[in-house]
Amino acid sequence: MPLLEFTSKGIYCKQADVYLDPWRGVDKAIISHGHSDHARWGSKHYITHEINVPIIQHRLGKISVTGKKYGETFSINGVQFSFHPAGHVPGSAQIRVEHKGEVWVFTGDYKTQIDGISTPFEPVKCNTFITECTFGLPVFQWEDPIKVHDSINHWWAQNQAEKTTSLLMGYSLGKIQRLLKHLDPSIGKIYTHGATEQMTQVLRQFIDFPETELITRETTKKAVEGNLVLAPPAVLGSAWVKKLGQLSTVYASGWMAFRGARRRRAVDRAFVLSDHADWQGLLSAIKATGCENVITTHGYTDLFAQYLREQGWNARTEKTQYEAETLETAATE
Amino acid sequence: MRRFAALIEELDSTNKTTKKVAALTQYFKAAPKEDALWAVALLSHRRPSRPVTTTLMRAWAAELAQLPEWLFEESYHIVGDLAETIALLVQQEAKGTPPSLSQCIEEIIALKPKEEEEKKVFILNRWQSLDNFERFVFNKILTGGFRIGVSQKLMTRALSKAVDIDENILAHRLMGQWSPQTTTFDELILNPNPEDQISQPYPFFLAYALEDDFQEKEAVENWHIEHKWDGMRAQLIVREDKHFLWSRGEELITDKFPELACLADHLPNGTVVDGELLPYKDEQIGDFNALQKRIGRKTVSQKLQKDIPIVIMLYDLLEWEGKDVRALPLAERQDLLAKLYHQVKADNVPLLLSEVLHFSSWEEVALEREKAKEKRSEGLMLKHRDSPYAVGRKKGTWWKWKSDPKTIDAVLTYAMRGHGRRTNLYTDYTFGLWQEDTLITFAKAYSGLTDAEIKKVDHFVKQNTLDRFGPVRQVKPELVFEIAFEGIAASPRHKSGVAVRFPRILRWRHDKKITDANSLEDLKQLLP
Repeated sequence: MPLLEFTSKGIYCKQADVYLDPWRGVDKAIISHGHSDHARWGSKHYITHEINVPIIQHRLGKISVTGKKYGETFSINGVQFSFHPAGHVPGSAQIRVEHKGEVWVFTGDYKTQIDGISTPFEPVKCNTFITECTFGLPVFQWEDPIKVHDSINHWWAQNQAEKTTSLLMGYSLGKIQRLLKHLDPSIGKIYTHGATEQMTQVLRQFIDFPETELITRETTKKAVEGNLVLAPPAVLGSAWVKKLGQLSTVYASGWMAFRGARRRRAVDRAFVLSDHADWQGLLSAIKATGCENVITTHGYTDLFAQYLREQGWNARTEKTQYEAETLETAATE
Repeated sequence: MRRFAALIEELDSTNKTTKKVAALTQYFKAAPKEDALWAVALLSHRRPSRPVTTTLMRAWAAELAQLPEWLFEESYHIVGDLAETIALLVQQEAKGTPPSLSQCIEEIIALKPKEEEEKKVFILNRWQSLDNFERFVFNKILTGGFRIGVSQKLMTRALSKAVDIDENILAHRLMGQWSPQTTTFDELILNPNPEDQISQPYPFFLAYALEDDFQEKEAVENWHIEHKWDGMRAQLIVREDKHFLWSRGEELITDKFPELACLADHLPNGTVVDGELLPYKDEQIGDFNALQKRIGRKTVSQKLQKDIPIVIMLYDLLEWEGKDVRALPLAERQDLLAKLYHQVKADNVPLLLSEVLHFSSWEEVALEREKAKEKRSEGLMLKHRDSPYAVGRKKGTWWKWKSDPKTIDAVLTYAMRGHGRRTNLYTDYTFGLWQEDTLITFAKAYSGLTDAEIKKVDHFVKQNTLDRFGPVRQVKPELVFEIAFEGIAASPRHKSGVAVRFPRILRWRHDKKITDANSLEDLKQLLP
């Protein structure tokens, strides 16, 4: 019997009777990070990294949840569990599972780049590595993020000079805070959309961010002019956006590496910035684990597994319901 | 090269016409003339002939990126564009300064006759000396086809601003077959020599589809009505005892229609007419498929000329006695044209005159439109009696009012990923019709749905895939669409035995189940 199985409810450890990131309600769920496709509603008890506790509570309301530190081992029915930094978003963790000397690691989502807000990814030795591969195609090769942040600040400063408001869009948990962390507040004031502001407030207890101000009904066009607004991508084309006056719009996502996706998005600028590992990131992460077996869960799973098999790993694909960021949601949400 | 790549990137990143024009104008002002000329050429779909096959480019890129070929191919299917796939895969830091646009293209031209190994060294070198977007642009020049939402009209407008020459004059100068290899910016654009221009065509005037409330707003007596003949639009030039025939795609097609050579003798020098090439035998207009047989051939045999003789049906007069008469009102041009026609018309002259019809009510016009099929036309053209012969597609004075298309309800059977803006969405569809209890493919179509509908169909395709063949997915037969098309002909080359012309999706029939879709037999009933 394998240590972890893929069932209709999620990734299951029979020995401990717990699920990892289940997509249906279960008795006991161990959660990798706070994104809605991994931390789902309906389980009786959640165990996760301590930073995720307020994030998940913010998203799911009143739930029973226990927080753990990175590297802290806890045992359920003889199975050892621990969380290890995944570098994806604040609080994100790989889940290490050990029983009778056999070690499995489930990555949740991860990246190997250092983003300035999440604890950097740490490889964990294991026998079987269950990995995401959202960007598991060789066409994805991320640029140095510092360059991207510089370009964003440059774009903002240019707009500021032209009295145009900068609208910077990204995922409310993770991407927005990463962008915020690297904005240069000497250029101007940073405003936020409600959804963005709430999640940022949750994280302020752990991370030091530049000051932000929530846009309310009282906020005037004049006040935001030349300044920067952080918002989720869904606002594009809404009445809320129209009230901001003359805008330059930007979307930051790994999918923006594709010209078709950039053009379909109909934003003024697109920056390639992802919280997932790129092709080389995935390959180096897998090598660092020293694993023999790889299971790919979401992304370009089949292609990536086939490539890994050619490179000598015992690799296969399992179906899950993790959607992460797909090109479609990134491009058309 | 760097400046041109930056221009393309800028054009690519905005939807706003004013911004595009501004970027182009800026480029034309700042770039050296030889680069600007190549930019004009590339943006009007004139490119150097391809020095290497895409098969070789794929193999070299896979090798350089150290990837198995299957993974390169899969990446290509997902990215949807070869130039972009290579640009993304060969990512390395750019080394050195790239050459100018014109130098780069000259190198590409010089490459063509060289040995494969030499080509490989050159192209690999270039790939590594360019940054990501420059590499994409370089590959596009190699493989052809910039689809960046810049029409020739928009490019001409920007050029007009940059060189301060009237847009219509420029559009005329840019017509026809020219290449930066044989002309210069000065010769082509700034100071053309009139003697070099005897083959120069005028830009075609194109009509928009009729708008819904047109008849309520317009008085029928102001409009000259003609049939929209179902052949191939062309412009015939007779100057200095020579004749030139141009297609609407600005291709010189003089040699494809040798029977029209005699018109150089019949028409006076300094005459340019707009018309429709039609198959015409025994005083009968033939159908479009016959014409296609002529167009498809590289050499035109005597037999083919005899079997499918071609005439030109005259619509309009653009140049008369060596003068540009496009600004005259339509009614005057048509009078001149009719006079000319009656002077030269004889039994063996391959000319016809498109009859100008006048009606006293829009109801009568509608009745005339009903006769389109029997007269072998696609519908009607409505032209304002005072209209000049304008440049390109302009709204207001010329309209096309086509016959209602034929339609049939078909089932979605296969879907393929789109290209360009639609990369990664399943947008290209194959449709089947019933033959007993199997669906037989009869048409492919990719236009006609809204973005929101495309998104829904895309989702359906991903959830209901039965099988995969490279970029194509076979889907569960469940969705029914109404497919419209213009013409239909028997075709032994198609599995269905029928070929349809311009198939497109008219609407998604949510109200129909697959059992309600039409049969192949229903389609065959529509054969003439």
